Amino acid sequence: MSRLPVTEAELIERYGPHLNLEPPGGWNHGLEIDREVETHCCFCGQQCGIKLKVADDRVVGFEPWYDFPFNKGKLCPKGVKRYLQGSHPDRLLEPLVRDPGADGGFREVDWDTALQRTVAEIQRIQGAYGKDSFALLSGVSLTNEKSYLIGKFARLALQTANLDYNGRLCMVSAGAGNKLALGADRAPNPWSDIPLAEVVFVAGANVAECAPITTSYIWQARDRGAKLIVSDPRVTPLARTADVFLGVRPGTDSALMGTILHVLIENDWLDHHFIDEHTSGFADAAAAVRDYTPQWGARTCGVPEDRIVEAARLWGTSQTGMLLHARGIEHQSKGVENVLSCINLGLATGKYGRPGAGVCTITGQGNGQGGREQGHKCDQLPGNRDITNPEHREYVAGVWGCDVDEIPGKGLTAQEIIEAIHDGQVKGLLSICFNPAVSLPDTAHTAAALDKLEHYTTIDFFLSESAQHADVVLPGSLHEEDEGTTTSVEGRAIKINAAVPPPGNARLDWEIFLDLARRLGRGQYFGYENTEQVFEEMKVASHGGTADYNGMTWQRIEDEHGIFWPCPTEGHPGTPRLYEGGVFAHEDGRGRFHAVAFREPAEVVDDEFPLWLTTGRVVSQYLSGTQTRRIGALVEQYPEPLCEMHPRLAAELGVRTGDLVTVTSRRGAMTTPARVVESIRPDTVFIPYHWPGSRAANQLTNRALDPVSKIPEYKVSAVRVARAEGHVEVRDRRVTTLQERASGGASGGWTPGDGS
Amino acid sequence: MSAAAGASIVSPLLRGRMFVIDQSRCIGCEACVQACEECGTHRGTSLIHLEFVDRGATTQTAPMVCMHCEDPTCAEVCPADAIKQNEDGVVQSALKPRCIGCSNCVLACPFGVPKYFALADQMMKCDMCFDRTSVGLAPMCASVCPSQALWYGTEEDFEDTRSGELMREFRFGAQVVPTKVATVVRDRSLGPLDVPAGQSATRWQDDPFGLGESL
Repeated sequence: MSRLPVTEAELIERYGPHLNLEPPGGWNHGLEIDREVETHCCFCGQQCGIKLKVADDRVVGFEPWYDFPFNKGKLCPKGVKRYLQGSHPDRLLEPLVRDPGADGGFREVDWDTALQRTVAEIQRIQGAYGKDSFALLSGVSLTNEKSYLIGKFARLALQTANLDYNGRLCMVSAGAGNKLALGADRAPNPWSDIPLAEVVFVAGANVAECAPITTSYIWQARDRGAKLIVSDPRVTPLARTADVFLGVRPGTDSALMGTILHVLIENDWLDHHFIDEHTSGFADAAAAVRDYTPQWGARTCGVPEDRIVEAARLWGTSQTGMLLHARGIEHQSKGVENVLSCINLGLATGKYGRPGAGVCTITGQGNGQGGREQGHKCDQLPGNRDITNPEHREYVAGVWGCDVDEIPGKGLTAQEIIEAIHDGQVKGLLSICFNPAVSLPDTAHTAAALDKLEHYTTIDFFLSESAQHADVVLPGSLHEEDEGTTTSVEGRAIKINAAVPPPGNARLDWEIFLDLARRLGRGQYFGYENTEQVFEEMKVASHGGTADYNGMTWQRIEDEHGIFWPCPTEGHPGTPRLYEGGVFAHEDGRGRFHAVAFREPAEVVDDEFPLWLTTGRVVSQYLSGTQTRRIGALVEQYPEPLCEMHPRLAAELGVRTGDLVTVTSRRGAMTTPARVVESIRPDTVFIPYHWPGSRAANQLTNRALDPVSKIPEYKVSAVRVARAEGHVEVRDRRVTTLQERASGGASGGWTPGDGS
Repeated sequence: MSAAAGASIVSPLLRGRMFVIDQSRCIGCEACVQACEECGTHRGTSLIHLEFVDRGATTQTAPMVCMHCEDPTCAEVCPADAIKQNEDGVVQSALKPRCIGCSNCVLACPFGVPKYFALADQMMKCDMCFDRTSVGLAPMCASVCPSQALWYGTEEDFEDTRSGELMREFRFGAQVVPTKVATVVRDRSLGPLDVPAGQSATRWQDDPFGLGESL
């Protein structure tokens, strides 16, 4: 059973999150820097280059890496402070087994005991309920090498179909849309194309906070005269500077894009040559938007008619243009349709395969792009291959040296695995790099699932909120402790270098998987001595797939500051821009329009729940916060979730900034301070999602999934809001003096129930 | 384009490079604040300012480094003669042996830059990362700034790659303050930037989501 072994408070007292405030040895450590290691930030898909300063095998600081071409030294606050996740007091140094009698609820054991326990439970559960009853959930903060290894481990060692990953919560809608329409799952352009665009259209992407470095690319375009269009329910920091702002109602993105397509057609702002020569399906796509007049669009999306027409004019009459979209349109039960409606705008105006022309998703997670390409997703094999395609299976079986029938079929997606636990189909779980207790929607439902498991082993470097439910916790490695590659937002494979070894008895993640495979009697498939050998096999496994790494080597990747896939042969320069000359990755070379009819989100507002809730990130936190909620300076920047609401709504509720409010959906309720701002639609509230338990925005969100991508609808829920007892100070200043530091910092922390 | 209006930019130690703030580009991410305290000479203490102008009304934020005035008001009002400029014209933190912690400089600086640190009993301020700039590196804040609202480079680089014009004179009532650090204006022929006068508040893009009527 996987119930919390002791109270949440006891778990937190022993395992954190505690705050790391200073580098090892304090600010004035005076340590001599032994080396500066060129590597990348682990927080987000931009994968900025950074140099980590190392003294005595500890990371003690950073230095901008000016020569790395993507970011040229630039970093967001997460990158600046990323080094503080090392040498952290919460770091897990020994394997743990659940023990309600032990201090903190877990007892330290040796590796042999821990691994034998896990293996015995895998064998017991699979023996009793079948192979697929044991699932594996993974994540895309891991390198390509680990992602590949885990894909192979699940299929050949665990022999389960039920492997999925937290990229399911990230860019699967974009991936599915791109595959359907264009034939390959990658942003088609290098970011160096952004400055070449005459118009940049940012749709549902809080670039300033979630992909901060992209801001500089957009400004480079604007310095050359480009216009900026932003669609978002909030006036984000980038939207504030837009030439055209479209403040859409949550869940109406495909209606907006459909209306823009309607206006393009009405005004003949189309590239007929491109449509005729390089695409198919235009007539059906046009028919689907025949009635989507600007009047209809304005009414549906809550945006002035003339603004939609102006956006269409800018997009349709520009020779070049880049449309950048992210989770805002993708985290919906029609995420794929939203993506397809954006791609339609690119195809209709011929904005593909040229400098400064493309429709790109902005990957959210560190290795969101690479992680899924290497067969780390329930429906894919390496090289972005399809696990249901007999030829693809045959090829990968050849690389793996196994019988093709040994490779299981398509498994369940991440949220479906949670549902399968509730249904009793999945009884055991192994997880790494995934904190479902915070990151999946409807947290009460997720926690109940974790508690239903007969066995749960997790590999983690900190005791995450999910790991609190585990029977066995295996201490793994941080990003800066292992060597490998990741693939950035641009589809550029880059080199991750180890700065320090894992501390204590923590082990490298890949070594843990090898050990488990041996103990499961499947060691013959996992004879690697290092992760470079994994890469060498991975690139062969990818060969012939769309994401082809075959011509890459670690040395080349490092020497060339990254290589864009496909890179099929030795000496191939890589492919920064896809679809040159309008040749798409489908067999017929054509891009496919899709008819996208607007439909409402899974849940719409009503008398009982009259407001839209949308969720997202803040710049100082990353995903479920397992790492960033342990870094003092980042917590100080934004210590707790605030509920953003418009002054008009606040006036109706009698709420001022800092007043506690209770936000209630059909799933649950949470109480948190309000921040009253004009930068959000009056019918919408926003809460960032990085916190657990009673501070989790995902207590409220909806488990509704996109039918194709199976991404949950984080961006649209119906809620009601009421004033609660209590008020806290919410500060908007960053003037911290030594005096304030000494007295506990500038944050106005509170705990639920304080009602101060 | 000729040299920008305002103070001389001849800076031997800065090797012809200069510091520019374009606050309109700021995204409020605070990378500058976090990076400033990583600087070698004041580890753990951030000397840059980053303020939300009025978070209730807008997401506009404003970073503020020392403007390095030609005739620094902070130095003029210092009763202990503790605030010095180096040969580049970069204004330093108060000299520790001289600083009496009176905070005259904190009150007098028209840009609100100096900070008094009670535990150290000393005024400290942005010195344009002298430890970095003196060895040819960019200041920490301008190195990391994702939007490049904080920018460091030569005037030629600026003219080649950036829009807007450089302004190095600010008007505070009757006082005109020439500075070493430049800001970006649309048209510098309009003269020194009149800071207290500000600009008239215009509703933006039919003002989403101000919604016109009073609240």
